[in-house]
Amino acid sequence: MNPLRRTFLKLTGAAGTLALVVGAGLLKTREALAATWNKTGFESKAVADALKSLGAASPAESKDIIITAPDIAENGAVVPIAVTSKIPNTQSISIIAEKNPFPLSSTYDLSNGGEAYVSTRLKLGETSNVRAVIKADGKFYTAAKEVKVTIGGCGG
Amino acid sequence: MAEPMKIRATLQVDTADVRILMLHPMETGQRKDAKGDIVPMHFIQSVVVAHNGNTVLDAQWSQAISRNPFLGLRVKGAKTGDRISVTWTDNKGDKRTDEVAVAASS
Repeated sequence: MNPLRRTFLKLTGAAGTLALVVGAGLLKTREALAATWNKTGFESKAVADALKSLGAASPAESKDIIITAPDIAENGAVVPIAVTSKIPNTQSISIIAEKNPFPLSSTYDLSNGGEAYVSTRLKLGETSNVRAVIKADGKFYTAAKEVKVTIGGCGG
Repeated sequence: MAEPMKIRATLQVDTADVRILMLHPMETGQRKDAKGDIVPMHFIQSVVVAHNGNTVLDAQWSQAISRNPFLGLRVKGAKTGDRISVTWTDNKGDKRTDEVAVAASS
């Protein structure tokens, strides 16, 4: 038996356990972050799953939600989107780009005088409906607007 | 890494119009670099905006938000000189907080 080979095996074994421990530590911090971050929602690939993760499986269509977005976006990497809700007691706004690889783009929880308005810039992979989901008084409302994209904003 | 944000808060009657520009690559994990390797995801996950220390907007973001993200919001009941602070956290644990005072409208 080659003693060198034995020590080599021992060493790699020890290194393996160490890697495992470090890996577990990393996983823990990830989970802590995910507790506040809607991981299932942001990682779901279907609009229905994204809605479910928000607790809004079947939101009601509403005309009191105004989505301000261009009809045609030349550059899908930067599409300005603004959502205003006239529904009283709006608690949160979520923006879903229906045809993106991961449709749920963002969720905004409002409190302490934050008005029912947000404005941001999204990446759109292709021409798609941009859907806003509003939570007000525990109920969900939705509205959508189509944005045509000439050059997609995903990949490169 | 974390560059300072540009924040502007202007008062309009009793509402502060807040505009925030963050500098961040917001990598989606779908893009490939020149060598054909996938550029790993790197994006802001959480943005918290506070008015005089009270949270007014708690945003959760995915990688679908554009590079160098812009965020606009309105805060009711604000006065000139009120503090608006913004904190973002990305998926690598990087953080940045900046604060600005509400300015009178010009």
